[in-house]
Amino acid sequence: MAYDSFKVLRSSAVPLPIENVDTDQIIPARFLKATERKGFGDNLFRDWRYDKNDQPKSDFILNNPTYSGKILVGGKNFGSGSSREHAAWAIYDYGFRCVVSSFFADIFRGNSINVGILPVQVSPEFLHQIFTEIEKDPKAELEVSLPEQTITIVSTGASESFQINGYKKHNLLNGFDDIDYLQAMKDEIATFALNR
Amino acid sequence: MSNSPKTLFDKVWDSHVVRQIADGPDVFFIDRHFIHEVTSPVAFLGLEQRGVSVLFPEKTFATADHNTPTINQHLPVEDPLSANQLLQLEKNTSKYGISHWGLGNPKNGIVHVVGPENGITLPGMTIVCGDSHTSTHGAFGAIAFGIGTSEVEMVLSSQCIMQPKPLKMRINVNGQLGKGVTPKDVALYIISKLSTSGATGYFVEYAGDVFENMSMEGRMTVCNLSIEMGARGGMIAPDQTTFDYINGRELAPKGADWDKQLAYWKTLKTDAGSVFDKEITFLASDIEPMITYGTNPGMGMGISRNIPQAKDLEGGASSYAKSLDYMGFEENDSMIGKKVDYVFIGSCTNGRIEDFRAFASIVKGRKKADHVTAWVVPGSHVVEAQIHEEGIYDILTEAGFALRQPGCSACLAMNDDKIPAGKYAVSTSNRNFEGRQGPGSRTLLASPLVAAAAAITGVVTDPRQFL
Repeated sequence: MAYDSFKVLRSSAVPLPIENVDTDQIIPARFLKATERKGFGDNLFRDWRYDKNDQPKSDFILNNPTYSGKILVGGKNFGSGSSREHAAWAIYDYGFRCVVSSFFADIFRGNSINVGILPVQVSPEFLHQIFTEIEKDPKAELEVSLPEQTITIVSTGASESFQINGYKKHNLLNGFDDIDYLQAMKDEIATFALNR
Repeated sequence: MSNSPKTLFDKVWDSHVVRQIADGPDVFFIDRHFIHEVTSPVAFLGLEQRGVSVLFPEKTFATADHNTPTINQHLPVEDPLSANQLLQLEKNTSKYGISHWGLGNPKNGIVHVVGPENGITLPGMTIVCGDSHTSTHGAFGAIAFGIGTSEVEMVLSSQCIMQPKPLKMRINVNGQLGKGVTPKDVALYIISKLSTSGATGYFVEYAGDVFENMSMEGRMTVCNLSIEMGARGGMIAPDQTTFDYINGRELAPKGADWDKQLAYWKTLKTDAGSVFDKEITFLASDIEPMITYGTNPGMGMGISRNIPQAKDLEGGASSYAKSLDYMGFEENDSMIGKKVDYVFIGSCTNGRIEDFRAFASIVKGRKKADHVTAWVVPGSHVVEAQIHEEGIYDILTEAGFALRQPGCSACLAMNDDKIPAGKYAVSTSNRNFEGRQGPGSRTLLASPLVAAAAAITGVVTDPRQFL
């Protein structure tokens, strides 16, 4: 079971050049009360996106129609804080399939892959280039290739490779998930448990 | 290989690897799994959709804590969404035969408080929960960390998760802590030095005489905050303090089983000559009572200092300015004397009996400032009972404080315990993120002593003047 497979994604991107974006900002705790994985995108960045009267804040990037795309580009240490997978669900549900940053928090990185979002870690210099390019042209496209493990700024041709382990890459390319893998080795696990 | 020196972390990790995947994570066996009402329902739904069951229901323990009210717990929960999550937890645990300490159960409380206090958390174990502060249990020499809901589903269905082995870091703090300097201050000090991402990718071992001399409650506070510097978890080698804490607790091993396990626990220490990927040492005498001034736990400082200038810090000046702007503070401001509207003592960080003893030591014989709203929230019913037994309840009441019922409460404000927009709260919890304690709330993280001093004076106050 799982999610859509991820191969090559070419898209414009939404820039969020803020450091230490924590998962409480991505989805505040008061929106964690659902018992199904539905509708979290509506509350993505809720308190940065809407004022206290639930009106969109015009100065927040998601409310600026100039910027759109399936790639979210964040500042250093993206996704810190709470382990809530709802943060990854909200990003996915909103329509993003890839998050780019110069540094990710551990749990968020794992959760992202587990829901089918590709976290792409680039150098601080390359991140700066991406922000600069989007500033020049909000429609500037990025191309993320999972098979090649590269991210390219289409207009300039500037490219960088990124890391992902072979197991997770295989899963994402095929839309497999860890639970499938673990189900297939249940006997081995039961034996291990017995011998402990 | 077996003769080379091993760290505490290696010993516990390596003994739980079911399978190593080439160019991939380890299939990692989990001894204890805690669940709560917020991050488990989608995992149970996943089981249903796949048509799989819970492999080892006796290894999972459920409690309700995140969204529960802290008053009138005998009445039906008013918020329909919270009530539904609590109902789902009850249904799911009952369906699969999982132990459940729901609202009203005498063992109910915050997951990271009730696990240790009932003897479920033991040295050498691997422990996970869909909550990042699962790192708390590392205080017992366990590998404990927070996981996402997909991983909750993995543990339920296979008792394993897929994890690449983290790097190893040792943090040493040596010397004598000064007056009024608590475990919370030690942790906030370390985080302020490392930043919120300084330990990302690492698993931490805390070592040195400061931790050796610390109580289990204090060790839990320190390990709890490991995640706030980005580490997946932190651990402390078990010793006599650990064994004494565990001995006699309800679900702890007894008799011959105790002797056998104790012999194993005594091997759980880092061998001399072990190598860490990173090692850092601090001096206890450099640590003051701490307070945070910004919107992440790394933005902390000694309470007598002034807010740093952006130019003196690494990192983006615009993110720093955004943070201070949110807090309504300026560079170079002194924190002492800043007005405080709310005080919160509780949470998985500082909701144990020792924290309330510390709080009471300052408020005893004094009065709460009139303009301060204080929420005093025990971490569990067991802690609540101790507060009564030890006479702390009377001290609190005479000083004008009301005791609430156990739960996560204002730490993440999923229930009604929300700090209003723009208001300042001195909080013994773990996160000062924007809106963490309610939309627009402004959080100053600190120890129970600093919280008590603020509650009495109504402004940020150095607690040492009361000691």
